[in-house]
Amino acid sequence: MEISSLDRSHAGTRIERRYGQKVRAFRRYLPVYLFILPGMALFGLWTLYPLLDAFVMSFFNWNPNPVAQSPFVGLQNYLEAFSDPVFWQAFRNVVFYTAVTVAGQIILGLAVALLLNRKLFALGFFRVLYYLPVVTSWVVVSLVFAFLFSSSDGPVDWFLGDVLHLIPDTQSWLGSTTLALPTLMILGIWKGIGWNMVIFLAGLQSIPNELYEAARVDGANRWTLFHAITLPLLRPTITFAVVILTMGGFGSFIPMFVLTQGGPLHSTETLLTYAFSNAFSSFDFGYAAAITYIFAFVVFLLALIQIRLMRRKIEY
Amino acid sequence: MYATLETAKARSKQGLSPWMIVGRVLLYLVLMAGALIMLSPFAYMLSMSFNPNGYTLPSPGDVIPAHPTLNNYISAWTDANFGQAFFNSVIVACSATALTVLLSASLAFAFARYDFPGRNILFYGMLATMTVPGIVLIIPQFVLASRLGLVNNRLGLILVYAAGMAFGVYMLRGFFEEIPQELFDAAAIDGSGIFRTFWSIALPLARPALAAVIIFSFAANWEEFTWAIVSTNDSSLYTLPVAIQQYYSAHGPAWGVIFAGSVLAMLPEVLVFLIFQRHFISGIRAGGVRG
Repeated sequence: MEISSLDRSHAGTRIERRYGQKVRAFRRYLPVYLFILPGMALFGLWTLYPLLDAFVMSFFNWNPNPVAQSPFVGLQNYLEAFSDPVFWQAFRNVVFYTAVTVAGQIILGLAVALLLNRKLFALGFFRVLYYLPVVTSWVVVSLVFAFLFSSSDGPVDWFLGDVLHLIPDTQSWLGSTTLALPTLMILGIWKGIGWNMVIFLAGLQSIPNELYEAARVDGANRWTLFHAITLPLLRPTITFAVVILTMGGFGSFIPMFVLTQGGPLHSTETLLTYAFSNAFSSFDFGYAAAITYIFAFVVFLLALIQIRLMRRKIEY
Repeated sequence: MYATLETAKARSKQGLSPWMIVGRVLLYLVLMAGALIMLSPFAYMLSMSFNPNGYTLPSPGDVIPAHPTLNNYISAWTDANFGQAFFNSVIVACSATALTVLLSASLAFAFARYDFPGRNILFYGMLATMTVPGIVLIIPQFVLASRLGLVNNRLGLILVYAAGMAFGVYMLRGFFEEIPQELFDAAAIDGSGIFRTFWSIALPLARPALAAVIIFSFAANWEEFTWAIVSTNDSSLYTLPVAIQQYYSAHGPAWGVIFAGSVLAMLPEVLVFLIFQRHFISGIRAGGVRG
């Protein structure tokens, strides 16, 4: 910093002073930087760097062998995805799966929350019970559903076939191209009801009771109370749930991977099972990285659109 | 507020009309039916895990086994090697949780209490990565891990789990910001630096918030599957979820053993949940008595 030349310009001085300040600030906070170094290093190496690396990878015909050449292919991986029928099938599956499971979870979660939002005998018991699937891992619940829906001697087959006589004696569920995805949807909804219940109970309890009291004095019935007070005031909660659940639905992977591997005939393929098999079965890492980036972009876009739409509706 | 309480009291004094009793009964019936749907998968899981025939129930209607046995648990622990997997899961989940909680607390503390240059970029940059689904990272993480020789390695599992710390940083930063400055001023006068202030003042004060982060982080690490299946193919290093899935894909519907392993996999998380319910379902109890 000891520049003592005579021809220092004003601008030069200012830059130097600013530079000097920065160096001083840096020196002053050196212990703080050292303090955050381990955490930042771990985060940088295993989160930030992979994030950028995946983006770079998606523009290469990436070869996992470090000695081999990985030619730059520009947007080819992305174009390949857009003309790949399996990619589009996976995309459709994910949209369908997400639409049904998000709607199902929100409607049932809200219904349970409304039922439990009162003084009740064994209230805590019911809440814990409905929450149990949420704290059970995806691998475990997936396998339990594989058992429940196993054909010919599974409990669901038995109940619907032998007890209620609604379906033929042996119905294939996860092995059927038409029923495998709906079976996975039932699993997804069942596992998520408890989470939605908790979110909606919190939302319901933030609505001031005075509003209901005043409306009741005005002679409003239950449906009016729900429709005119509960639903509008729950809108932020619903938005939050829709955004989070949509991300989850688009990112579903474990139940499909464990139960169907995306089959039969790609009928339960999701974007991530497809990316996964491209990376770790075909070793086409560049293509897989492109698919995950398309996925991340779509999820981001959907979240923005949902937040916009929900906000607009409140403002009437 | 008083008016609300008064009307509520008045209403409860009137007693229950016949319609309200019918409503109550219906409500309980609906709740019981719902509870049955939520619970029956677990009932079947438990039942199969104690069933002498590990492949099918005598009849799908008989949920309670007539001759319960622990054989499935014994062969799950030994033959299926779920004992080793349980041990691996404990080591990996506990180390990763300890590391992530310590490091996210340190970052949160610095972000909350020190106005150093670059603070906002680092903090908001970290938050921004939370919007990226974690699975996008799996492929490049695998490439990185294989370059560093951390594939098929417990350390590789631990480091990747511990790096998922953005949520903890976000939660704890809010907590550290709430602590009154006076508590830190005394330490500053004593001339203690950031390391000592953090260790001897901030961390002890943050115990309740740390407990919440520990619970969530442990639950996430305990049940993580995707990174574990990508990065390990040596069966002696499998964590429990991977071991169970691999057993299923190799042996098919050997439900007795699979569900004995599943019960092992569920136990720690469910116990943590039952003990710390209030953290999971927080704020619900307080308002739960409202009419």
